[in-house]
Amino acid sequence: MSQTESYNEDVVRQFVVATMFWGIVGFLAGVYIAMQLAWPVFNLDLEWFSFGRLRPLHTSAVIFAFGGNALLGTSFYVVQRTCRASLFGGSGLAQFVFWGYQLFIVMAALGYVLGVTQGHEYAEPEWFVDIWLTVVWVAYLVAFMGTIVRRKEPHIYVANWFYLAFIVTVAVLHVVHSLSVPVSFLGAKSYSLFAGVQDALTQWWYGHNAVGFFLTAGFLGLMYYFIPKQVDRPIYSYRLSVVHFWSLIFLYIWAGPHHLLHTALPDWAQTLGVTFSIMLWMPSWGGMINGLMTISGAWDKLRTDPVLRFMVAGIGFYGMSTFEGPLMSIKAVNALSHYTDWTIGHVHSGTLGWVGFITFGAIYFLVPRLWGRDSLYSEKLVGTHFWVSTIGIVFYIVAMWVSGIMQGLMWKAYDSLGFLQYSFAETVDAMHPFYVIRMLGGLLYLIGALIMVYNLWRTVRGDVLRPVAAAA
Amino acid sequence: MDIQELATTLRSFWGLWLMLLFVGIVVWTFWPSQARKREMSDHANIPFREE
Repeated sequence: MSQTESYNEDVVRQFVVATMFWGIVGFLAGVYIAMQLAWPVFNLDLEWFSFGRLRPLHTSAVIFAFGGNALLGTSFYVVQRTCRASLFGGSGLAQFVFWGYQLFIVMAALGYVLGVTQGHEYAEPEWFVDIWLTVVWVAYLVAFMGTIVRRKEPHIYVANWFYLAFIVTVAVLHVVHSLSVPVSFLGAKSYSLFAGVQDALTQWWYGHNAVGFFLTAGFLGLMYYFIPKQVDRPIYSYRLSVVHFWSLIFLYIWAGPHHLLHTALPDWAQTLGVTFSIMLWMPSWGGMINGLMTISGAWDKLRTDPVLRFMVAGIGFYGMSTFEGPLMSIKAVNALSHYTDWTIGHVHSGTLGWVGFITFGAIYFLVPRLWGRDSLYSEKLVGTHFWVSTIGIVFYIVAMWVSGIMQGLMWKAYDSLGFLQYSFAETVDAMHPFYVIRMLGGLLYLIGALIMVYNLWRTVRGDVLRPVAAAA
Repeated sequence: MDIQELATTLRSFWGLWLMLLFVGIVVWTFWPSQARKREMSDHANIPFREE
């Protein structure tokens, strides 16, 4: 890298701030809708605050606003450093991507609250917001690819492969799935181009690969850069990372039909989805082993380095939730688990545990470096954040396992005359205590994130918390 | 059999071709040569030579 050009870190700082801001918004929305499920009075009898409108606000805020800003920001940081080249397109393109993406988030969120929605899960925004996101996404691809093209490092580091797979696949998924026909020339309302079971399959081809390429491949990009940096040793096996990448790419795109088991989808397509889901155990565990074994020989750091603890626990949750996912895709298991809270618990062990923790670890790594500080304000507070959040996740997923399996069993229970034993309302009543526990788990996770914001804020200000003895 | 028919026949084995491509990638990656090993461990060190 020449003296005249330098890495663009301004935009990475902006993305870090946006990640934390939207993270708090998304976690808060999650706690609020969990309260609505436990105590319906929190719907306030106002349509803007109803569960149906706030639920997509929560899912989009945590996936696309918190997760998306984390991915865009870290990808710009990682691609510049592993290519030893400054960001393509300069500050102008980077600022367009940043502000364009924030505008997309605000437009989507306003739409949900005001009832302007396409009603497709994880893709609720109407057609004009979809077109705007496409423009921003192409600009993002140009900035990322352009940086790779002018790299000074001959080899493209594996983290960039994962980021690029995330960018390209999300583009394809978004464009195809968002194809819709507006009802009127200047109206917001539109209907999907697909209908019936084709619509359902397109929805879950998109939906599951949003999980696969947004929440998995993208965050594996973080893992392959930030774990080696934090432990200060190279990835356990670069060869395994190559196989990890290609097996994930070859398999993930086919797994979507497992969301449509026991539906009108043709049986062969359901079986195809199950088969590919089971095969996904291979890249999942290959990747987990690669991440964990990087710490081999430095396990003692887990005791002294709470940032590393976040990353390692994140990989643990990755392994656990990607073991659970294929298990739940087996038809017999799915017959019990589908439409129950078990699914919600599974998703949250992946998102709170894997996506959240690997992101927290990366941001704790980045903030002192981006703002030129020697260390974080307080490592002890990182430890507090870790335990508060971990207990929160355990509350959450255990409550949802118990509630979900109970719900499934109650639905399937027959009496001696062959009548259903329980009415739907009885199952809802039985789940109430677990909804309260789930809300408390989410609240702990939110408190943990607020501790993080305070710690980062003091770090940015340049404060360092010293032990009392040292200060005296 | 003209080229059109051949293409149609071969296309129906797409799963096999993708599988062979994947096996090829694995074989290339784990090829037991010192050069490949050196190359791979060199790539793994990219994050440490950025400044």
